[in-house]
Amino acid sequence: MELNTKNIGWSVPEMAQKVAKDIQDGAYVNLGIGIPEMIADFIPEGREVIYHTENGLLGMGKVAEGGKEDPELVNAGKKYITAIPGAAYFHHADSFAMIRGGHIDICVLGAYQVSEEGDLANWSTGNPNDIPAVGGAMDLVAGVKTIYVITKHLTKTGVSKIVEECTYPLTGKNVVDRVYTNLAILDVKDKKLWVRELAPGVDAEYLKQNTDAKLNWA
Amino acid sequence: MINKIVKSATEAISSVFDGATVMISGFGEAGSPVELIHALVDQGAKDLTIVSNNAGSGHVGLAALIENRQVKKIICSFPRTQISVVFPELYQAGEIELELVPQGTLAERIRAAGAGIPAFYTPATVNTPLEEGKEVRVFNGRKFVMEEAIQADFALVKCLSSDKYGNLLYNKTARNFGPIMCMAAKATIVQAKQVVELGSINPELVVTPGIFVDRVIEVTNPADESKLVANNVKYHGIKY
Repeated sequence: MELNTKNIGWSVPEMAQKVAKDIQDGAYVNLGIGIPEMIADFIPEGREVIYHTENGLLGMGKVAEGGKEDPELVNAGKKYITAIPGAAYFHHADSFAMIRGGHIDICVLGAYQVSEEGDLANWSTGNPNDIPAVGGAMDLVAGVKTIYVITKHLTKTGVSKIVEECTYPLTGKNVVDRVYTNLAILDVKDKKLWVRELAPGVDAEYLKQNTDAKLNWA
Repeated sequence: MINKIVKSATEAISSVFDGATVMISGFGEAGSPVELIHALVDQGAKDLTIVSNNAGSGHVGLAALIENRQVKKIICSFPRTQISVVFPELYQAGEIELELVPQGTLAERIRAAGAGIPAFYTPATVNTPLEEGKEVRVFNGRKFVMEEAIQADFALVKCLSSDKYGNLLYNKTARNFGPIMCMAAKATIVQAKQVVELGSINPELVVTPGIFVDRVIEVTNPADESKLVANNVKYHGIKY
């Protein structure tokens, strides 16, 4: 199905900006690999946010450039990064104690699917030919206080990623608190999806047509 | 007299036996003890079970050990990297076993072994395919999955500096699995960028106390794994 979404909805940077606005001053935040990393560029002036990268650093700075790349200073995506003044290094068990112990305030992740009850599938498409790999995603969704998902609303072939029930293997059940897509911001509350905000050019009918899950309106 | 410093990687690694469980520090290239791994390729112990976060890149380090058919099984959280070729090929051919463990569970299973805890409960993997076959218990109304400690025969760890007692300091995010792997192995073998005098490491700042370390070699200029991979270097061991 060919969808006319060209002039409708938010761009990816606009989605990242929407997430950034919801990150409070003083928050300890873990950003997933890929689109979530972009969020750091949009934190509003005057807010101080500390970034955790699960391979062992609190106080992750910007990506390292211009010959300052250090192979022993990387983020969870194995990109060369920098550390801010006031940063702390620690080993993996401590890092995941921060996660599992509920010390990290917000984690933002990508998704293959999110269900209306807040189930997340983002580690495997279930294809038996793929090499399975999970990383820290299951620990993050089980331990971090608030889980935000940032994702395109539809797959490249136009299928809704917001679903009644995930068909891909789960990363966690009832773990997602809010979803930021290019079409809308959706809250998961009491195992139901609530429309929080519509993107420009998107109305209730359009969102409904493009969502394979029941939507609720406050 | 206590002196854990040994002269060569060959000597440090000599006691690794066929069928041993070997932990290898590192998160990708950061903290990966390439020189010790290459010494293990030279030494040739086989049927190894490797515990490491990843499964190697290119044809050096852990990938070389796998390519040399010394690894029977790997316990890791993320066996894929952009440039991992050796593990995927053997895995798809059914020639290497994989136990996939979430990263935090992997770290805690290692830490637990070092701390004398045989098993623990974690919320990670509840209601996912990775909880299958594991005991689930409810604490305070929430489900948790039981995970068992991973004890190793050997740990190969990279660090920044060591004194002759084996007190260790690490470098930035290369610390990752080092400190907990040192605790979890019967014999911990470390490569340090520098060996320093006793007393020159501030006791307040020691990351791994020497009690967890058995042998240390100095590797002043450790290989930069990503450069080896980028240059398509293949390590086949000295016997070739």
